[in-house]
Amino acid sequence: MSGKNIREKGIQSLLFLSGTVAVVALFLLCIFLFREGILLFEDYPVSSFLTNTKWFPTASPPIFGLLPLLLGSLIVTAGAIMFSVPLGIAAAIYISELANPRISSILKPVTEILAGIPSVVFGFFGLVILAPVVQRTLEIPTGQTALTGSIMLGIMALPTIISISEDAISSVPRSIKEGSLALGSTKWQTIYRVTVPAALSGISAAVMLGIGRAIGETMTVMMVTGNSAVIPGFPSGLFAPVRTMTATIALEMGEVPQGSDHFHALFAVGSVLFITTFIINILANYVKRRYRFNL
Amino acid sequence: MPDNFANGTEIEVTNLNLWYGENHALHDISINIPKNSVTAFIGPSGCGKSTFLRCLNRMNDLITSCRTEGNVGINGQAIYTKDVDVVDLRKRVGMVFQKPNPFPMSIYDNVAYGPRIHGAKKNAIDGIVEDALKAGALWGEVSDRLNSPALDLSGGQQQRLCIARTLAVKPEVILFDEPCSALDPISTSKIEDLILELKKNYTIVIVTHNMQQAARISDYTAFFLLGDLIEFGKTEQIFESPKEKATEDYITGRFG
Amino acid sequence: MFSNAKLNEKIAFALLKVATGLVVAFVLVILYYIIYNGYSAINLEFITDMPRNRMTEGGIYPAIMGTTYLIIGSMAVALPLGILSAIYLTEYAQPGRTTWAIEMAINNLAGTPSVVFGLFGLAMFVKYLGFGPSIISASLTLALLILPVIIRASQEALLTVPKEYREASLALGVTKWETIRRVVLPAAIPGMVTGAILSIGRVAGETAPILLTGAAYFLPRLPDSVYSQFMALPYHLYVLATSGTNIAQTRPIQYGTALILLTIVLCVNLVAVSVRSHYRSKMRR
Repeated sequence: MSGKNIREKGIQSLLFLSGTVAVVALFLLCIFLFREGILLFEDYPVSSFLTNTKWFPTASPPIFGLLPLLLGSLIVTAGAIMFSVPLGIAAAIYISELANPRISSILKPVTEILAGIPSVVFGFFGLVILAPVVQRTLEIPTGQTALTGSIMLGIMALPTIISISEDAISSVPRSIKEGSLALGSTKWQTIYRVTVPAALSGISAAVMLGIGRAIGETMTVMMVTGNSAVIPGFPSGLFAPVRTMTATIALEMGEVPQGSDHFHALFAVGSVLFITTFIINILANYVKRRYRFNL
Repeated sequence: MPDNFANGTEIEVTNLNLWYGENHALHDISINIPKNSVTAFIGPSGCGKSTFLRCLNRMNDLITSCRTEGNVGINGQAIYTKDVDVVDLRKRVGMVFQKPNPFPMSIYDNVAYGPRIHGAKKNAIDGIVEDALKAGALWGEVSDRLNSPALDLSGGQQQRLCIARTLAVKPEVILFDEPCSALDPISTSKIEDLILELKKNYTIVIVTHNMQQAARISDYTAFFLLGDLIEFGKTEQIFESPKEKATEDYITGRFG
Repeated sequence: MFSNAKLNEKIAFALLKVATGLVVAFVLVILYYIIYNGYSAINLEFITDMPRNRMTEGGIYPAIMGTTYLIIGSMAVALPLGILSAIYLTEYAQPGRTTWAIEMAINNLAGTPSVVFGLFGLAMFVKYLGFGPSIISASLTLALLILPVIIRASQEALLTVPKEYREASLALGVTKWETIRRVVLPAAIPGMVTGAILSIGRVAGETAPILLTGAAYFLPRLPDSVYSQFMALPYHLYVLATSGTNIAQTRPIQYGTALILLTIVLCVNLVAVSVRSHYRSKMRR
């Protein structure tokens, strides 16, 4: 082999090593996260972690029940999705099918601004502006409620939902839309009976990734949901403070001694969070790939 | 130019001009298209034949930079006036496209799509679908799997499905925009047979880049060049004794 | 029946318009409140002074510097790694199990909550590698967080380079790597820059990961090494807004901090978008 070839081979191996960096990172992430999390179960039974309805980490003996946190995350996310999905899909349809090109070229960057705003700024806005509004409107003791969190998270999930749905809708082949119009259907009939169904896989992926974004969001919910670790009722729980998995980790990690049960419990909560978003991601990518158009 | 047709006139076009932005794509086209016959538009690519075809059901409206002047009448009714409902027009003037474009749904739903949209009664739809698929010469091949996805069909079957889908809306005119350009010879001949069958009940206009196809199936032929209608007449006349030099050059394969 | 379809269409389109209008309204309302309340707090001292009097007065200089260190640190790690990884994926990788695994890992990293990255950084860099809560721990954590962004943007940039360029160079007897280095990379640089800039915005705004890996509530002086703790803009805003010494009285400082943070992130995004559109229009020609 000539020197040139050896060099090529060497570079190729180096590039391969860098190529695998994402896999290595994900692998290490799993190891470190789970290792610290599992240590909790040397002292504390898994069954209690999964089924106990209380999270009292500083009581003696401490109680590390996942349920209030998990349900807290779920109620806030559910609330967020309930309004951001219809809103996001509607905006995506408008941008890709109705607005004239000049207007969509303004609308797209405007929605991208939402994606760029740091979560702590959303949290700050929610805390200072939205929470008082919620409190006054609903006449409840505090504006820091699951609902406030849902509204902020919904807004934050919008850019994900809009941009991926918009992609899916505009990748529906023009020929199919023309086929429908040529049969004498109106533009709207074409949109909701042909275009949107054809883009459904992409739209569902968008919704799932939106859910993933909302469930994993930390700073915003921590600043606006009031953080009380009780199992929320539904729908009454929307109007009371809740505490999510993410907020628990961020709030309590600063005050726990490294290596304590509480420390490991937070890693266990983190592991649950990670597994949840991992599953959502896998599903989203599967759905997205499944019905690609090849016309 | 012939205008006394045995079955009467279906489409009357007078002084039609069309621009894409600054580009003047069709110049002063006037033509009468006969009822219940097959009329073919031929010409080299870029001659405006497809553009013209899409004027007949106003599909060009979808292109924002596109502007038309002149009159087009279908069965005596002008279609470029303000009060015309484009949606209603397209119901009357169906279109089959270059590449088969079935919707990503089942075979049945593809054919049922039009009737459902136009408010056909639920219990009538089965019958409409069956009739349309029979008329589209596809029934025998798909009657046992109406609920399987349309995208599983072969290219030729997909195109016949698209024809059946158009028939289900019961149009008066069917426009074919190079319907066989993406198909193999066997599928092509099936579609040609089908078109000959359909002309008994419908007025057919077909754009084709294949002169043999025009000669085989059409009764009348129009030759387009660079946005002008050069010559229009009975197909035998166009192919055997063209009046214009340009037509003869094209027919004999000197350009195009 | 027919007028019905028309009416439905009118109603539906109106609703779509209203929904889109709402989305735009959210953006405008949030920007309005932060800018309107924030700009009066901002002056030169606010940017160049240390916080004073238990953070109720003075500026946010150390937080700005801390965020700058994080940007430099995380980019220094993630940018080369991400670009090399993207080169491997677009130029060398064959479809197969390895490539599938890499793609899957990138997608999952991109969708992993930032607080989980924080936990990971805490367990690996702070605890296991013994870096302690520090600039280096936080930078490495953030580097992993932005890795997928950089890889994706670089991949996209590499894919827009026409195949003909590569073939032309290879046909001249130039090796694959030399072709990539001399022909492909120069053409892809603007796209890669876009990705890099976008991830700067991300680093500047992330709070949860640095909260767990070394951000400090308050420091009397600037950090003196990469192993020091640090202040950072987003965490500073969080602290002031939720657990400062006098939350109500320091509202102007909070708004000012939020505005500075927002300005940095939005400017960065604006630059990225204009680089991208400039580059795209050039490619079309």
